[in-house]
Amino acid sequence: MVVAILLGGSVRAADDGDWTMPAHDYASTRYSALAEVTPANVAQLKLAWSFSTSIDKGHEAAPIVVGGTMYVVTPYPNHVIAFDLTKPGASVKWTFDPKANPKAQGVACCDVVNRGAVYADGRLFFNALDNQTIALDAVSGKELWRTKLGDIAVGQSITMAPIVVKGKVLVGNSGGELGVRGWLVALDAATGTEAWRAYSTGPDKDVLIGAAFKPFYPDDRAADLGVKTWPPDAWRIGGGTVWGWISYDPELDLIYYGTGNPGPWNPEQRPGANKWTSGIFARRPDTGDAVWFYQTSPHDLHDYDSVNESVLADLPLDGKTVKVLLRPDRNGYLYVIDRVTGRVLSADPFVHVTTSFGVDLETGALRYNPAKAPALGKVVREVCPASPGGKDWQPSAWSPRTKLLYVPHQNLCQDSVAYETSYIAGTPYVGADAKMYADPAGQRGAFMAWDPIAHRKAWSIAEHFPVWSGALVTAGDVAFYGTLDGWFKAVDAKNGNALWRFKTSSGVIGQPIAYRGPDGRQYIAVLAGVGGWAGAVVSGDLDTRDGTAAAGFVNAMKDLPDATRKGGMLYVFRLP
Amino acid sequence: MSSASRSAVLVCAWLCIASAALPARDFRVCADPDNAPLSREDETGFENRIARLVAAELGAELRYEWLPLRRGFVRKTMGSGSCDVFIGVPKHLSSVLTTRAYYRSSYVFVNGPSARGIDTFDDARLMALRIGVQLVGQDLAATPAGYALAATGHVDNVRGFTVYGDGPAAEREVDAIRNGALDLALVWGPQAGYFAARATPPLELRIVRPPASIVTAPFEFDIAMGVRRGDVALRDELDAILDRRRDDIDAILSQFSVPRTDLSRRASP
Repeated sequence: MVVAILLGGSVRAADDGDWTMPAHDYASTRYSALAEVTPANVAQLKLAWSFSTSIDKGHEAAPIVVGGTMYVVTPYPNHVIAFDLTKPGASVKWTFDPKANPKAQGVACCDVVNRGAVYADGRLFFNALDNQTIALDAVSGKELWRTKLGDIAVGQSITMAPIVVKGKVLVGNSGGELGVRGWLVALDAATGTEAWRAYSTGPDKDVLIGAAFKPFYPDDRAADLGVKTWPPDAWRIGGGTVWGWISYDPELDLIYYGTGNPGPWNPEQRPGANKWTSGIFARRPDTGDAVWFYQTSPHDLHDYDSVNESVLADLPLDGKTVKVLLRPDRNGYLYVIDRVTGRVLSADPFVHVTTSFGVDLETGALRYNPAKAPALGKVVREVCPASPGGKDWQPSAWSPRTKLLYVPHQNLCQDSVAYETSYIAGTPYVGADAKMYADPAGQRGAFMAWDPIAHRKAWSIAEHFPVWSGALVTAGDVAFYGTLDGWFKAVDAKNGNALWRFKTSSGVIGQPIAYRGPDGRQYIAVLAGVGGWAGAVVSGDLDTRDGTAAAGFVNAMKDLPDATRKGGMLYVFRLP
Repeated sequence: MSSASRSAVLVCAWLCIASAALPARDFRVCADPDNAPLSREDETGFENRIARLVAAELGAELRYEWLPLRRGFVRKTMGSGSCDVFIGVPKHLSSVLTTRAYYRSSYVFVNGPSARGIDTFDDARLMALRIGVQLVGQDLAATPAGYALAATGHVDNVRGFTVYGDGPAAEREVDAIRNGALDLALVWGPQAGYFAARATPPLELRIVRPPASIVTAPFEFDIAMGVRRGDVALRDELDAILDRRRDDIDAILSQFSVPRTDLSRRASP
C-alpha cells in the first residue's frame, strides 16, 4: 500500500523521500517510509527553518516536496511559494500569484482555505478559490494553463486539493449550502481541457451512471435515482459538492471520493434519499463511469457531508486479505468497506452518536433516531455529533506497520434551542439557532488510533479543542498532529505516549508531512495558521458573545481567541 | 508681517477651518451592490434613496461599503469597522442594534393569470399549480413560505430560487411567471411589489394568510435601520430622523410599491 505510482511511465517508490500529493500516495495513507525520527530520538527534534506567509486566514494545505523543492499554496489569495531546499534556510525560488477574483471570498462558507497542490510529471497543479485550476511548470513557476470550472455568481468555489490520475487532474467544487450542484471534473493534465464531468445529482447520463454501475445495495440500482429521489427539479440545485479527498487504486483502476450534503432546501421540502449526496462514489478515472456508490447519510438531516478521506488498505479479515476502504465519516461511524464491491463490512461509532442507532449491515442503511430530526419550532437538544460531524475535512493517516488508523477529530454535540430572525440578500426569515458544545465526556477534541480489525480504539488522546489538523505517521512509528491552540505534537504510534511538542505562533490546521532533504536527512514540515470552520472565531474576528456565529461553532470555541492568534507560518523540523 | 498678509492668514484660518468642518461627518452605509429594488451600486434602490435623505438630515457625507448581504455580512462590514449603518434589516436581528421599525411588510403571493386570487396555502387550486419559492440556503433553514409549502403538502410542484444566480431571486421568480414557467410565487413583499408592479401586465399581489399550523415562522417582519451593538447615540439620532421624515420615507416606499402591513391589510395594487 505504500507504493505511489507517478504518471507518464515514471514509477518511483514513495520512500524516495518526496511528498508529491497532500495524502502522500494514492491510497491516502499519509504514511512516510522515513525512519530516522523514532520514539527514542524525537524529543531532540529542532526547528530547522520557518517562513511567514503573511496571510491571516486558515492554512489547511500540505506542503509538497519534489526533488529539492518545496511548494506551499496559501489560503486566498492562493499564492504558490516555491522554496529551494538546497539553499541554507531554504530560500524562495519563486512565488506565483493567480490573481484570484476577490469576490470569491464572499462565497466561501467557512473561511477561504486551500487544501494543497499536487505534483506530477514536472508540473504543479492547484485550485484557486474562484474556481480556476492552474498548472505551473514546477521548475520555473511559469503558468502552463488555467481552466475556469465554475462560477462564483452561482455560489461555487473550490477549496479542495486536486489529484492527478492517469494524466487527468481531478477537481471538485464547494458551495452545497448555496444551491450549487456538485460535480467532479477531469482535466487533461497536459492541456487543461475538460475530459469528463460527473455530477452528484440528476439523470444517470449526468452522473455518468451506465452499464458499468454495480452498486452493492438494491436501493441504489434503479434508473435515474439522482432525479427520482428528489421532488421534481430539486436535484438541479441539490448540492452533493465534492470538496474533500480523492483516492485511487491502480490495480482495480478505481477512484474513490465522497459527496457533500444535500442543499439548499430544508429537509421537509426534499423528501427522498436525495441521491447521490452524502455518500461515496467509485469511478473509472479514464471515463468517469460510476462503478459503485454507497450513501452514508441518506436524506441528510444534519449537514453530514460525506467528503472525508477514503484510506485504502489491505486488511486480514476472517482469514483472508480484503481490499478495504477505511472511512471515519462525519456521521460518527468508522466504516470498513469492501472497495471492490462497495459493501459495508463494519461501521462502528467512534464518537458519541445520538442522531442514529447504527448502520444495518444487511441493507447498509443508517438507522436514524427520529427524536433528533430537525423540525421547525421544535427544540432539539443533544444532537451528536454536531454538524461538523465526528470528523470533518481533517485527514487521517494509516500505518501498514501498526495497522492503526490515526484520526484527528472532534467530540461535539449541538442544540437547536431557539429560532432567531435571520436575513440574507434582503430576505428575512426565522432560522434555528444552533449552539455546539463538548460531548458528555467533556473534551472537544481527540487524536485517536483506531484498530479496524478489532473494531475499537487502540488509544485516544483527549484535546481541549477540536483537532482540526491532518495526521502524519512514519516508519519510525511516530505520529504527528497539531492543535488549534498552537501545539505541534509527536506521539508514539504504538501507544499514543506523548513524545515531543512545539509551540507554534498560531493554531495548526495544516497537514504535516515528512520528507528527505537534499542532505539526506528526514524533515517534518507543517503549516500553522488558525482558521477554517473551527478556527474562524480567530481568523475571521468573530464575536465570541455570539455563540451562533460560524453556524454555531463559535459557542464551542469562545476560549480560542485567548489561546492563539492568526497568521500563516511554515515550520520545518529536523534532528540535530 | 504686513496687514495684507496678516489678513490673508486670517482668511485662510477661517476658510480652512470652515472647509475642514464642511464634511463634518461621514454617514457610512453598509449596502448590497446588486439587490434591486432595495439597494444597487448605482444608488437607485429605495434604501439608497432613504440613505440619501438621512445623510442630508444629518448634514453628513453619504459613503457606501458595498458587500452582498450574504452569510456573515454583519461581521464582514460593520464588524470590520468599514461602515456604521444598515438601512433595512429585520427589527429583531440580534447581531445589530436596531432603530424603531419604519415599515412592516409580509411575504406575498405573486399570482399569474392562472392563479388569480390565491392568498392561502389551503386554496384547493394550489395542488395543480407550479409554485416558486425563495431559498435562503443557510443551515437547512427555509423562508416561512418554504416551511408552509412543505407543511401543506406542496413539494412536487415547488421550484426553488436561490439567493445566488443571475439577478435577485425575486426578479427571476416574477420573470418565470411572466414567461409561463410558473403559475405563482411566494416572495418577500418589498421585492415582490416592485417587480410585480413593473411587469406588463402587472401581476396580482396578495398578502399571505399563514396556515394555522405554522406558528413559529412569521410571515410579516418589521424593518428597521441597524447600527453597531452599543452605538446608542447613532441609533437615537436615526430614530429622531425616522420620526421627523416619516412622510418622506413613506413616499419613497410607496414609489417603489412596497406592500405595507403597518398601514393597511390590503396589498397594492
